[in-house]
Order: sequence, then C-alpha cells, then structure tokens
Amino acid sequence: MLAIDAKELTKEFKVYQSRPGLLGAFRDLLNRQYRTIRAVDGINIEIEAGEMVGYIGENGAGKSTTIKMLTGILQPTSGELKVNGFDPHKQREQFVKTIGVVFGQRSQLWWDIAVQESFRLLQKVYQIPDQEYKQHLGRMIEILEIEKLLDQPVRKLSLGQRMRCELAASLLHKPKLLFLDEPTIGLDVLVKENIRQFLREINKELGTTILLTTHDISDIEALCSRVIMLDKGKIIYDGSLTQLKKVWGGGRKVLLEMEKEISLDELQKRTADLSVHWESRSPRQYIAYLEQGDGVSDLLSRLVQDMPIMEMQIEEATTEEIVRKIYQEGIPVA
Amino acid sequence: MLSAYLEVIRIRFLMMLAYRVNYYSGIVIYSLNIGVYYFLWMAIYGSNQSLQGLSAVQMATYISISWMARAFYFNNLDREIAQEIRDGTVAIQLIRPYHYLLVKVFQGFGEGIFRLLLFSIPGMVVVSLIFPIHLPDPGVVWLKFALSLLLGFIVNVEINLITGLLAFFVLNNQGLIRAKRVMVDLLSGLFIPISFYPEWAQIVLNYLPFQAISYLPSMVLVKGLGGTEFMHALMIQAAWCVLLCIPIQAIWRKARKILVVQGG
Repeated sequence: MLAIDAKELTKEFKVYQSRPGLLGAFRDLLNRQYRTIRAVDGINIEIEAGEMVGYIGENGAGKSTTIKMLTGILQPTSGELKVNGFDPHKQREQFVKTIGVVFGQRSQLWWDIAVQESFRLLQKVYQIPDQEYKQHLGRMIEILEIEKLLDQPVRKLSLGQRMRCELAASLLHKPKLLFLDEPTIGLDVLVKENIRQFLREINKELGTTILLTTHDISDIEALCSRVIMLDKGKIIYDGSLTQLKKVWGGGRKVLLEMEKEISLDELQKRTADLSVHWESRSPRQYIAYLEQGDGVSDLLSRLVQDMPIMEMQIEEATTEEIVRKIYQEGIPVA
Repeated sequence: MLSAYLEVIRIRFLMMLAYRVNYYSGIVIYSLNIGVYYFLWMAIYGSNQSLQGLSAVQMATYISISWMARAFYFNNLDREIAQEIRDGTVAIQLIRPYHYLLVKVFQGFGEGIFRLLLFSIPGMVVVSLIFPIHLPDPGVVWLKFALSLLLGFIVNVEINLITGLLAFFVLNNQGLIRAKRVMVDLLSGLFIPISFYPEWAQIVLNYLPFQAISYLPSMVLVKGLGGTEFMHALMIQAAWCVLLCIPIQAIWRKARKILVVQGG
C-alpha cells in the first residue's frame, strides 16, 4: 500500500481584494470582490511506505497547503487523496492516529505545563498502553537527550530543546507516516545533526515514512534520497537527488591561477573544441565553466603542458546552488 | 477515549494552578461585585419586605449564589477558540484524534471545577458570614441545584462555542465576543432577576436560552423549587442543551470546509 497517493490534487482559495483608498473601503463593505488563487494545482504524488522524501519549493509555492491537505486539516478543492489508506479529511479522527506531525513554527505541546504532562495527555489521547509508552518514550528520551527537560514548562525551553520534545511528542504513538514542516528552522548545527540522526534511526527501526519540507537543502541532502520540487502549485521535479544534481548541476567550475600573465585569447584558442566558457578575473586568474562534469581532465591536458599553473581548484555546484538556479530560472516541466 | 477527556480536565486544572495570580484577582473582583449588588439591591428594597415575590434575604442569597455560580459556568472558551483560529493553532488541534469542540468543552469544565472548588465554595462560606443570606440546609435541594447548574454550564458553553466559531467567518470577532458577554450577564438574570423585567421582556426572555444559564439554577436554590416547577425549569434547560447542538454542528461542518489556516 502506498503511504501517500494523490491524484490531481488541487486546492483553491478565495481571497478578497480590497480596493484602495477610503472610498474603496466603503465600496468593499457593500460589495466584496473575490479572486481565486490556486495554491496547489493538480499535483500527483506517490510515496511508498518507508521512503524519506524531501518536499521543497519557494515561499508560497504551495508546500504548506499540500501538507495541510495531506494531514486532513484542509479539504482539497478537487482531486483524489489517500493517505495511509484513509481519506484524510473525511475520516479525520481515525486517520490522524496513523500520522505524526511537527510544525517547526508552531508548538503542539501545551505552553504552560511541564513537557511530561503534555506527553501524558498524548498517551491518553492516542490510547497507548503504559508498558509500550514507557519503553518507547524512554528510548526517545535517550536518543534526543531530553531527560532534563521533562519537568520544565514548554515556555522555558530554548528552540532547540523544544524542537526535540516536539519530535518525541509527534512519535509517541509510533505513527507510520511523519510530516515534518521545517523542523530545523532556526536550530544550531549540533541540534540539527542530533535531529537528523534521530530521524534516520526512526526510519530504519520503525520503517516510518517521512515527508519533510524545508528551506535548508542540507536537511534534504542528509536525509532524503528523493526530492519533490514544487513551484507555483505545480510539481516541477520528482526524482532522486543525484539525478537532480546530474541534470541541472552537471557543470564544473575550474579556478586557475597562472604563474605569469596569459591572455584570454590564448586560452580560448587552446580549448576551442571543448565546451568551455572562460571568464577572467585578472590577467593571471581565470575561471573555466565546463558544461559537462567529465571535461575537467580534457581541459587540464590542454593547459598543463606549457602553461605554468600555480594553483587550481575544481568546484562542483552545490545542491543549494542548483535549487537556487531552478527557483530563479525555472526549469521546463520534467 | 473518556480517559483522554478526563486528562484534558486535569491539564486545565494544572494550567489554572500555573496562573494563580489570575485566581487571586478573581476572588477580589467577585467579592466586590457581590458587595456592590448587595448594597444596590438593599437600597432598592428600602423598607419593602418583598419585591416581585423575592424577600430581601432571598435577594441577597440570589445575588451571592448567582455570582458564585458564574465563577463555575463562566469561561473564555469563545475567546480561546477565536484566538486559535486567528493564529492558526487550530491546525494543531485538528491533527489530534479527538473532537476539537468536545476537548474545548472539557477544558471549560476543568476550569469550572477548579473555580468551584478553590473559589466558589470558600467564597460562599466567607460571604455567608458577612451578608445576611439564607442558604438551605444540606439535602436534596443542593443536588437539584447541582444538576441545574451543570445544565446551565452546558448552555453557556454552547453559546461560547457558537460565538468563538464565528471567528471562522469573520476573522476578528472581538466585538461580538464582548457583546455576547454583556448580553449573557444581563439577560441570564445575573444582574437583575428575570422576574424584575417588564412583562413583555419576560415573555421574550422566556424564549431565549440565557435564563437557562443563571436564573433557573439560582431560583432552584433560592426558592427551593420543587415538584413540577423544578421539572419545568430542568426541561427548559435540557431542551436548550439539545437545541443549541444543532447550530454548533452546522457551523462546525461549514467551518471545517472553509478553514483557511492563517500564517503559512
């Protein structure tokens, strides 16, 4: 059974437009004008149980709206949706027992009371047997190192501490599917690593399917083998991270520093038959942009024989650069 | 599932304890109110032994009882719901396997129990020492009162749910909430017993749910209503409890459809 199966999933919002000025405000009182926005536009997603999938896109691309539909909070305008075999909106109360959710920007713990009281309430809400609860919670306390935080009210915790408790809270009932909406936002490197490690373990041990939205591409690199990219409500890429890099980040950048001055013409002449583009920083410093990643050795063999190279650096485009490029330029629908 | 709702009551109890200052200031405010209304009504009574079928002592009892009962049934669920809808935390509530509104009701109940035990009962003892009021001896009448009070609580909660849920449709319903609060205090007979209203107003109020919140429970105790009179009061309350479920369900269903979670 697929963990998530969405067909032509669409969500439209009606937003009312206010007219400018005082007169406009009066006219709005009597007659409001609405505009329909398609936040999510006919997307198809199939996710197998046990997968870890990154869901990325610019702000306002429709990520959160999708998550809210997948978790049963919002009702889709049209399309078919089955998550863990349920219709999330119609069968909400049964369905939500099978999922866990962490919203990075909202707390699901009770603000004014100790963390362990929140956990206890969740135990009752999800009807987890005592024995199982103690065992599972004990394990999470250990990995997430939250032992000392349990008797403190949530409002006194730092962001990193709170987020670790949130994760424990979302997994108390061992959900088959975990939604993470920007779980590492604003966290330091150590906490991030701790959380990633924890997620990997949970995924391996319990086979939890994880859908992760984030703006931090390093999260995706550390966790997900598959990434789905959304732009203006449409899926523009769905596939492996390595494929994404290969197709859109194939080029390499070679930084060269020569021992003596060499003209740009000279370099271009020597490499005329390679697909390379030169850029000069100074008469001694050049950057060569290669369209194909495997052209580096070709390029070097043309140069090293009679050109004294002092320093050289080969750079591969990072995922972050690739993603930025796609956000900026867009890509033809894959 | 019941244990989850009981846990909700316990948590709310803990939260009330976390905010003790609110509780202390509440005691002062309620004492002041009882004092003010007591002296006001005594001035109105003047040398009259009885007005509109209530003796001066009964009036004093009515005032203290209805204010102490208010401590039990009053809650800010409407404001909480509106707040949760406005800032989007309602989303968190919807990913839990429980009924959002039912949880709210139990939260309100937890709050009510807290105030009843730590506020109304000790407050009543103090008030009975200061003012010449007459409380019935322990017995069946207190049980009747408790039952009637519980129904009053439910009616008030239902009205709060409706007011709060309207935030789904008008995103800022602060004014509505305030208007509702004044309306409940005035029309439920808290400030003025319903028998003191003009004839036509009494007829109107008899068709509104507000009397079921405060007037009927207080009268059950003050006048020691028995037999058919008591049954009649109880039937009115129960009827409103059931009737008000209908608009709540309708609004909740509609609201879930159009729910737009604010802020991302």
